[in-house]
Amino acid sequence: MPKDPRIKKVLVIGSGPIIIGQAAEFDYSGTQACRALKAEGIETVLLNSNPATIMTDPDVADHVYIEPMTLEVVERILDIEKPDSVLPNLGGQMGLNLSMELARSGYLERTGIRLLACKPETIDRAEDRELFKETMEKLHQPIIPSEVVETLEDALACADRIGYPVIVRPAFTMGGTGGGICETREKLIEIGTNGLRLSPIHQILVEKCIAGWKEIEYEVMRDHKGNVITVCNMENLDPVGIHTGDSVVVAPSQTLTDHEYQMLRTAALDIITELGIEGGCNCQFALKPDSFDYAVIEVNPRVSRSSALASKATGYPIAKVATKIAIGYTLDEITNDVTGKTCACFEPALDYIVVKYPKWPFDKFVYADKSLGTQMMATGEVMSIGNSFEAAMMKAVSSIELGMDTLTHKPFEELTDEEVVEHMHVQDAERVFCVYEALKRGISHKTIYDITRIDWWFLDKMQHLADLEKGLAKCNGVLTKEQYKTAKKYGFQDKTIRRLAQVDTLPVENYRAGFKMVDTCAAEFSANTPYFYSTYDGDNEAAEFIAQKEAETAKKGEPKKKKVLVFGSGPIRIGQGIEFDYCSVHCVWTLKKNGCEAILVNNNPETVSTDFDTGDRLYFDPLNPESVDNIIATEKPDACVVQFGGQTAIKLAKHMEEIGLPILGTPADAIDEAEDRERFDELLERCGIPRAPGRTVFNLEEALAAAEEIGLPVLMRPSYVLGGQNMIVAYTKADVIEYMGVITEHVDMDHPVLLDKYIMGIECEVDAICDGENFLIPGIMEQVERTGVHSGDSICVYPAQHLTREEMETMVDYTGRFARELHVTGLVNVQYAVSHGKVYVIEVNPRSSRTVPYISKVTGVPMVDLAVRCCLGEKLVDMGYGIGLHPNAPYVAVKVPVFSFEKLHGVDTQFGPEMKSTGEVLGIAPNYHDALLKGLIGAGYTFKTPGPGSCCIFTVKDSDKPEFVDIAWKMKSMGYKLYGTSGTCAWLNKHMVPCNEVRNMSGESPNIVDLLQSGLVDYVFSTSAKGRDPKRDSVRLRRKAVELSIPCITAVDTANAMVNGLRSEHSLENIPLVDIATLYNGK
Amino acid sequence: MNAYLLLANGMVFAGQSVGAQGVTVGEVVFATGMVGFQETLTDPSYYGQIITQTYPLIGNYGMNHEDMESDRIWAKGYIVREACTTPSNWRCEETLDSFLKKNDTIGIEGIDTRHLTRIIRESGVMNGAILTTFDPADPANKAQTEELLTQIRAYAVTDAVKNVTCAAPEVFNPEGETHVVLMHYGCKRNIVRCLVKRGCKVTVMPAFATAEQVAALAPDGIMLSNGPGDPAEPVEVIENLKKIFELGIPTFGICLGHQLSALAAGAKTVKLKYGHRGANQPVTDFESGRTYITSQNHGYAVVGEELPAEMGEVAQVNANDGTCEGIKYKKWNCFTVQFHPEANGGPKDTEFLFDRFLNNVKAAKEAR
Repeated sequence: MPKDPRIKKVLVIGSGPIIIGQAAEFDYSGTQACRALKAEGIETVLLNSNPATIMTDPDVADHVYIEPMTLEVVERILDIEKPDSVLPNLGGQMGLNLSMELARSGYLERTGIRLLACKPETIDRAEDRELFKETMEKLHQPIIPSEVVETLEDALACADRIGYPVIVRPAFTMGGTGGGICETREKLIEIGTNGLRLSPIHQILVEKCIAGWKEIEYEVMRDHKGNVITVCNMENLDPVGIHTGDSVVVAPSQTLTDHEYQMLRTAALDIITELGIEGGCNCQFALKPDSFDYAVIEVNPRVSRSSALASKATGYPIAKVATKIAIGYTLDEITNDVTGKTCACFEPALDYIVVKYPKWPFDKFVYADKSLGTQMMATGEVMSIGNSFEAAMMKAVSSIELGMDTLTHKPFEELTDEEVVEHMHVQDAERVFCVYEALKRGISHKTIYDITRIDWWFLDKMQHLADLEKGLAKCNGVLTKEQYKTAKKYGFQDKTIRRLAQVDTLPVENYRAGFKMVDTCAAEFSANTPYFYSTYDGDNEAAEFIAQKEAETAKKGEPKKKKVLVFGSGPIRIGQGIEFDYCSVHCVWTLKKNGCEAILVNNNPETVSTDFDTGDRLYFDPLNPESVDNIIATEKPDACVVQFGGQTAIKLAKHMEEIGLPILGTPADAIDEAEDRERFDELLERCGIPRAPGRTVFNLEEALAAAEEIGLPVLMRPSYVLGGQNMIVAYTKADVIEYMGVITEHVDMDHPVLLDKYIMGIECEVDAICDGENFLIPGIMEQVERTGVHSGDSICVYPAQHLTREEMETMVDYTGRFARELHVTGLVNVQYAVSHGKVYVIEVNPRSSRTVPYISKVTGVPMVDLAVRCCLGEKLVDMGYGIGLHPNAPYVAVKVPVFSFEKLHGVDTQFGPEMKSTGEVLGIAPNYHDALLKGLIGAGYTFKTPGPGSCCIFTVKDSDKPEFVDIAWKMKSMGYKLYGTSGTCAWLNKHMVPCNEVRNMSGESPNIVDLLQSGLVDYVFSTSAKGRDPKRDSVRLRRKAVELSIPCITAVDTANAMVNGLRSEHSLENIPLVDIATLYNGK
Repeated sequence: MNAYLLLANGMVFAGQSVGAQGVTVGEVVFATGMVGFQETLTDPSYYGQIITQTYPLIGNYGMNHEDMESDRIWAKGYIVREACTTPSNWRCEETLDSFLKKNDTIGIEGIDTRHLTRIIRESGVMNGAILTTFDPADPANKAQTEELLTQIRAYAVTDAVKNVTCAAPEVFNPEGETHVVLMHYGCKRNIVRCLVKRGCKVTVMPAFATAEQVAALAPDGIMLSNGPGDPAEPVEVIENLKKIFELGIPTFGICLGHQLSALAAGAKTVKLKYGHRGANQPVTDFESGRTYITSQNHGYAVVGEELPAEMGEVAQVNANDGTCEGIKYKKWNCFTVQFHPEANGGPKDTEFLFDRFLNNVKAAKEAR
């Protein structure tokens, strides 16, 4: 049956802010969905609170609401827009939960709006543990012995029946939040209590632990006619017990016989059929390594992170096909875009192996607990394609940007054999490297297997890599051609080979990779997908493809297009998020619109940029110099663009200059000038711009001397930073010593450490577009948090609320001076601190920034589009947006950061100069207070009304105490009872705010922990001079609050903003909603 | 040890030897299944052919005695990108290399199988040879190479059915309630397993058994198996089949069985450019409107339009290229499919066809 003619206008629900467990993959799926709907002539309405996404672009959907994702808001949007249907299954768990809430509220029934693709009953049967169990039993599908419980007593009784260890899984939480393996009764009490609290329906599953079984996933699709297919199956390198999002995953499965493969495939198809899902579904299985026993672990009745991976791994566009199914098409009516000839009702055949490697934030959070379990912790992932596991694994290791080019992890090299064996027991983010170290030392596979339960096949393959690496290291400057070619085949880079073999010249000169196509069908049909990966086979399909395209162009008599290479931003991590994918994709679109051929290189499977139809060609390969050289050798591009792909792309600028590939826009030298301390100082001098005194240091002695000279407190960070990686404010000499210790362990000391005088003031941020002569500033943003809190973690408001005209003019003036002096063509981001009427420059980044999508959307200035056109030689004066400072928008827009602290154990939640947030939401309204209120609600701040006995806890550092008096008073006047630790309490009392003293954590019980656990605490206000170290009382307190889901405010300005929000007479119901897409339609 | 693949067009691929050594000539075909290499290797339908696996890592889970589709390898050679020397699976008994050696099958690894597949896709099925005896790319071996090329170009798969069928009848599950005669044209074991699993007694008969011999067994149903070669070649078998159909016993044909039936009914078969060999072929069933993912292995297809209307009609087609995938006969109590509902390797989504067949058998039994 073709498209359902009743569907004319659809609301698509997105996934909200990026948090661990719900990342960029839903921007990919939502964008694909909107585009598929548009192509069918269906009007689209979009709701997503996340402004950094591509899906919230006015050219992706017809009506765009970047509003808090709550039931009231959805209902109001439906009232305004009156769509006939809602598409719920492409916005992750967030979108699905909200849709289910909507369905249950009776609103849909009342209005006759249809829920496409799934029914609430279906979702319940997949997600409600008891119904799921019933469904599986009906299908005779084995599941792990388990019980759903709603009290801790029942959980303990259940564990006694089925035996320890058990796993706790809270119902309806995403990414397994709050779950975990319990070996003992004590652990179950801890995790069980927590899980019950975190589940929105106060329900947990207690199940028999089957750690050590293989974990296998199937991505399946079904249409309303009942046609079913599997797109892909995947095998986790790590056995059951580690969340699949934190596992190294390969596709297709490697150690399953046809019998096992088909057994699980059939089970997956039976499940999706029984559930009646129309669209995509993910089924996870545990398979016993020594029998045909298996168990269904989990079913996700929606497009998921795994389906994004499966899409990129196979070329099969799951989100697009799922959307088409939702509007009535059947699988056999949909064409396979890859071949253009065959239909979507088939199963992709891979002729390569795919490796997915998680990107964890532990390089940033040095104090975080790195151990992995059933709760996902990765912020992002990379994917790599090769024709051997070894080659794919080597690509993956390079792509995760840990500074590694083999699996050798330096700290493990220093351990004794016993220590290596011991360390393998620790299931953490580095275990794969530990296993590799064990293999290098010849520790038996049996020993390793018994500890890790990583399948022998993976051990053998990693052994091969270890042997190759050892072989290279043994050749002492004499490298044979054969050995070299073998190393290349299995993924060793030239620089790695040179280093290991200690050779300067390689046996084969200019040995370049060729490229193979990802075509869904293992070459059975000729395909036209411009989607490639590198191999050392000699055969080069990309070259053939390019030649053919060029011949076609020549035949048609069309001029040859300018070819531009665009570098993507790699894996999503804290500090380099989805914003840079937004910028890369927009760059590609603009290049294409302006007659260029855009060639994308990226390695992140979760993104829109790695959709094969985004650019003219996609190379799914690492973003390292050698990998890029290979692409350049085949593509012979005319130029490249580095300024839109975050630090990952910027890092390639120097190399591009060395090999002589022109960089469109700002020259590479400008980047160096902005990041090299001494050159930057010279630049400031030339521009006549003041800045805080600072020094560049290479070691501890220099650091201490510099601190002395400048005077504490100082801001310390490595040069070439990303998201304030490893950045702190040092208040004491001890802080300087601690910091230098940490930094030398984690960062390559080729790049020095920067040390600046810390200036307290208002922090502002400006993004400007420059054409080499003029510049355009769409708007000035002000950070709600004062300097010292990373700009990515501060609430940010546009237009700036507290600046004088003079201060703003100074910023515009300075920005212009930088732009001219640095020869910026394209984008530049400048951060300023304003203190006592004086404007200081904090840093200048001649590239796109985190705020570009946000400011583009709220001002209506398509920044990336204009920047790319500048790079291509157009002038701002001809573009119709003016020059200088753009007039203010009729709205105030607030960007509020969102954190994933629940997932990251041991991380101090206190704001500081190091970025900690994973995502952001937007609040847009006619005035600041309403915008802030929307933003805070969107970011998940709960606005409670005090009940009898409700209280707040205050424990703040001395320098914050004066400012907290007012905040405390406001809370008190709302009816809260106040508690404070001794110092804070005394201060408040002294300033006429009644407060009760509460004993600190280390004090005897009852103390602050008992108070937190009483359930009476609505808010915690905690700031401390010292932080980070998880052993400190203040850090433990904040962690405790996170674990108990008690809002914990750790910075004074955010506290102010929140308290004012609490006292606001406005609520979501009476603040107008804004359709961003039509806001600037007149333009 | 070095090994070489020489194609009829003169192209040479160099690789390493795996399995037996020597020279082998055959028809080079490619199979796209990502799992099931053991089933593929032991499938008699590959008789006379050199199999190329498009999936690059072969032998990962090794070989075991349970997943055999016949008791040996019938293919003439095996081409893989990488033959795993360290397989891992709880049922694994030996490596691919050792299994090939035991079966005296010549294989080659280290080949860019994607490149090779693209060549076959563009030029159609091509003959070739795997050899370990000399390097055909070396000009010094020009004479030898020319001689081998002549041999390669002259090669044709002949007498395939005759060579793969059994010599004498064999009975499985003698206690079975329903008696099915299975005509062995190159039968995969899983057809027997699928029938036995459903409570049938199965008598496997040699391909050349006559209608009289079949009738003498008084079967409740007849299955026509898969098998290798050009379906139009075994004329005797086709003639026999016409008589077997006259017995009026419910019949179900798979793959070659499907092609032979169509020929018996007066249709024609045609050689496909490069055939369908894989576990992902979509087949649309007209009656239900559903499309199923099927396992396939065939180089010839029935020309559906040539089937006389009074004999039957095309009931299923390939959703990709529209070729005939199944026939429902009017004149005979018979339906046949081009794909493999017994799977192994491949999806089991159409295994229900065995139930459909046995329902026909039951209905016929009840009508008697």
